Amino acid sequence: MTDLPAAKVDAALRPPRNQWWDVWDQFKTHKGALIGLIIFALILFGVALGPFLWGIDPTYVDPNPVQMLKLRNQGPSLAHPFGTDQLGRDMLARVMAGGKVSIAVGLTAMLLSLFLGTLIGVLAGFFRRLDGILMSATDLFLSLPLLPLLLLMVTLFREPLSQRFGTEAGIFLLIVFAIGVTSWMQTARIVRGEVLALKEREYVLAARSIGTPSRRMVLRHVLPNVMSPIMVSATLGIANAIITESALSFLGLGFPPDFPTWGRILFDAVDQMQLYPLRVILPGVAISLTVLSVNYIGDGLRDALDPRIRGR
Amino acid sequence: MKLKTALLGAAAGLALAPAAFAERGADGHVNIIYWQAPSILNPYLSSGTKDIESASLVIEPLGRYDEKGNLVPYLAEEIPTVGNGGVSEDLTSITWKLKSGLLWSDGSPVTSADVVFTAEYCMHPEGGCAQLAKFDGVDKVEAMDDLTVKVTFKEPKPNPYGPFMGGQSPILQKAQFENCLGAKAPECTDANFGPIGTGPFHVVEFKPNDVIQMEANPNYRDPAKPAFATLTFKGGGDAAAAGRAVLETGEFDYAWNLQLAPDVLAGMAAAGKGEALSAFGTLVERIEMNMTDPSPDLPEGERATAKHPHPFLSDLRVRKALSMAIDRNLLVEVGYGQAGRPTCNLVPAPELYASDNTDCIAQDVEGAKALLEEAGWTDTDGDGVRDKDGKKLHILYQTSTNAVRQDFQALIKQWWSEIGVETELKNIDASVYFGGDPGSPDTFQKFYADVEMYANNFDGTDPEPYLGQYGCDKAPTPEKQWQGENINRYCDPAYDELLAELGRTGDLEKRGEIAKRLNDMLTKDSYTVVALVDRGRVSARSNTLGGVILNTWDSELWNAADWYRMK
Repeated sequence: MTDLPAAKVDAALRPPRNQWWDVWDQFKTHKGALIGLIIFALILFGVALGPFLWGIDPTYVDPNPVQMLKLRNQGPSLAHPFGTDQLGRDMLARVMAGGKVSIAVGLTAMLLSLFLGTLIGVLAGFFRRLDGILMSATDLFLSLPLLPLLLLMVTLFREPLSQRFGTEAGIFLLIVFAIGVTSWMQTARIVRGEVLALKEREYVLAARSIGTPSRRMVLRHVLPNVMSPIMVSATLGIANAIITESALSFLGLGFPPDFPTWGRILFDAVDQMQLYPLRVILPGVAISLTVLSVNYIGDGLRDALDPRIRGR
Repeated sequence: MKLKTALLGAAAGLALAPAAFAERGADGHVNIIYWQAPSILNPYLSSGTKDIESASLVIEPLGRYDEKGNLVPYLAEEIPTVGNGGVSEDLTSITWKLKSGLLWSDGSPVTSADVVFTAEYCMHPEGGCAQLAKFDGVDKVEAMDDLTVKVTFKEPKPNPYGPFMGGQSPILQKAQFENCLGAKAPECTDANFGPIGTGPFHVVEFKPNDVIQMEANPNYRDPAKPAFATLTFKGGGDAAAAGRAVLETGEFDYAWNLQLAPDVLAGMAAAGKGEALSAFGTLVERIEMNMTDPSPDLPEGERATAKHPHPFLSDLRVRKALSMAIDRNLLVEVGYGQAGRPTCNLVPAPELYASDNTDCIAQDVEGAKALLEEAGWTDTDGDGVRDKDGKKLHILYQTSTNAVRQDFQALIKQWWSEIGVETELKNIDASVYFGGDPGSPDTFQKFYADVEMYANNFDGTDPEPYLGQYGCDKAPTPEKQWQGENINRYCDPAYDELLAELGRTGDLEKRGEIAKRLNDMLTKDSYTVVALVDRGRVSARSNTLGGVILNTWDSELWNAADWYRMK
C-alpha cells in the first residue's frame, strides 16, 4: 500500500502559499520589530487622525489676555493632557500637528532618496561603463558636508519655491528635496554591491544566454533580489530624514516659526527646558520613538526578507 | 595681640592690593559673549550693535556718553562747549583738542590728520557709510594743528556732538585706511577685520562671525589699564546659551543683551554665579512698515525701492489698523516682565524728548476692523481674510530668530488674523539678519518683507541723528550697497523740513518740542514705525567681574578699560 498519510495529501493539494505570508511569519517572530510596528502604526494613526478627534487648533492663542496669561505654561490636565506652552497653546495638538509634518517629510524624503539610490546603484552595478562615473559622483556627494549644504539650499531656493507653491508647500518641497538628494548615497552603495554579486549568478547568465534584454534583466531578475537591502535602507532613511528635518527646524530654518514640527517644538522649548522639562521631553520622545520603532521594523524586515534566514 | 594686629594688617593690605598695585595685564583673561557674532570691526560699514560694540574695545571716539547720558572725553582733552570756547557762539563749528601723547596700538602717534581722515572716510560720496547720519550737516573737517580739529557745519548746529562722539563714530587710523576710501571700503578686509586703535585692547585674531582674540594695548594711554592681559570676545549662539554661560556655569564673564523670557532669566540667576543687570535707555522693540513693494516679481534693483510704493501698506488706515490690533501690555507681560514697558514712541527717553503719545496702548480690535472696512478691505469670499480688488491682505512678517520674538510673532499673527489679515511668519538667523551683507536677501536693511520687527536705540542723549535716520536720503538702496538707516523708506518732505529746523534750533525746550513732533510724525500720525515695547537693557556679569557699569547711552563695553577681576 502506498497510501500517503492524509495530512501530507492535504498539504500537497493546498494552493501554494504567497511568499509574503512566509515573510510575515518570519517577521512575527522578531519581537522588537513587532512592537516597533505597533508603535509606529499608533504614531501614524495619532498624527493622521488625531487632529480630527482632538479639535483644538495647534496655533490657537486665547484672544482674551487674562485668559491667555492663565493658560500659559500649564502642566498636564484633563483639558490639556500634554499641558500648554508659553503662549497657552495646547501641546497635544501641537505635537500631533508637528508629527504630521515631520513624518510626511520623513516618508517623502525617504521615497525620493530610495528612488535615486536604487537607480544609481543598479545602473552602476549592472553597467560597467557607468560604474566609475556614478560611484565617483556618489563619493562626491558623500564628502559634501550635509548641514551647510542644506543651509545654502534653504537660503537660495526658499523664496522662489514659496512663491510658486505657497509658503508651506514650497518649503515642504524644498526640505524633502534637500534631504532626498543628500541621503541616497548609502543606498546606492549597498545596492551596487548586491547587484555586482548577483550579476555573476548562474541564473543571470542563463537569462542572458537566452537573449534577455538588459531592461528586463534588471526588472525581473536583479531588482527583486536586492529588495531586502532596499527595504532596510528605506526604514533607516525615514529615521534619518526625520532627524535631519528636526535639525533644520531646530536651527530655526526650515518651516516658518508658526508651523509646528517636532524639531521646531523642541527648539521653542529649549530656553525653558529647566523650568518646564515636559515641553522638551514630549517632542524629543516622539522623535526618538518614531526613529527607534522604524529602525526595529527595518531590522525585522531584513531578517524576514532574506530567504536564507527565513525558515530557520 | 601683636600677631592679630599683624594679621589684620596683612589682610587689610591684601584687600587694598588690587587698587594699590594695579598694573596692566595683572588680572589675566576675560571672556565676553555676545550671542550675535561680529562680522566686521569697522562701525562705518555696519550698523549692527554687535559690530559697533565689539569694535569699541579697539577703536575709540573723541568722547563718549556715560551711564547717565553725560559727555565724557576719551581721546579729547575735554568736551568742547560754548562755555569753554570749544563751540563757536553761532553754533556753526566745534573745535576738538586731542590729548597729547596719544599713541595708536602700533606705536605711531595719533594726530588730527586721523580725525580729519575719519570724516573723509565716512562722508565719501561713493561709500555707503553706515553712520552717515552722525555727519549730517557737516560742511568741512579741518586740522588746525597736530592736535586740534575743527568741524564746521553748513548751518548752526545746536547739537554739534554728532561726529566723533559715541561708539558709532570712532577714529580710524589714516595710515591703515588710506587706500580704502569710497567704494573700496568693503574690500580692505585686513583693515576692517583688525583696525589699529587707541582702545584698551588690540585685535590678535578675528574670525568673522565667530570669535575675536584680543590683547591689552601696550600703548594704552593709562599705563595701569586695562587690568586684563587678554580678552576673548565670543560671538554667536543664542541669548539663552549666553545667559547660561555667565549666570549658571560661569564660563564667561559678561553676556550682552539677554532677551529672554522673565521666568527663564530668573531661573538662571538662581544659580548664583552672576547677576543680571538692567537699565532703561532708548531701546524700543518695534514693527517697521515697508513703504515700498517687496514683491519678488519686481526685478532685482527695483524691488523694495521707492520706485514701487507698497500695494497696501502705503495706506495709512491699514497701518493704523495693524497697530490698533496689538495688545502691548500682553506683549510686555509675555516677553519682558520687569525689563519692559509698553510704548508708542520711537524716542522713549530722555524725558525732554519723549512724546506723551499713549494712544496705541489700549488694544482696539473693533476699531481696527472698522478702519479696514473704511479703507475698502472687506472679506468678499468669506474665507476670513480681507481682500480688495482681488488681492488678499497677506503680510510677510520677518524678524530674527529668538524665542521672545517668535512668541511676539505668534501673538501678533493671532491678533491680525482676528481683524482679517493673513500673516506669514519668517525668522532669520540674527547674524545674517543684522549682518548687513549686501549679497544676502535676508538682511533687515533690504527688507524683502512687508513688516519686520527688531529693536534699535540711539547712543547719546540727543535724538537728532536718530530721527535723522528717517530722512528721505537715508533709505537703503541697491546703489548704496543697501546701507542706510531709513529702513521703511519713509519719505515726507515736511519731515525733512522739520528735521532741518531741529538742526537749526539751539534752545533745548524748543528742540524737545520739535523732536516730539518728529516722533509723532513717524508713530501716531503715520504709523510708519509701530513701537511695541520700551526695553530695558538686560546684560549679565559674573560675580567676579568688577567695574562693570551698564550703559544704555553708548557701547556697553565703554569702560572695559576699568574692568577688573574681583578677588
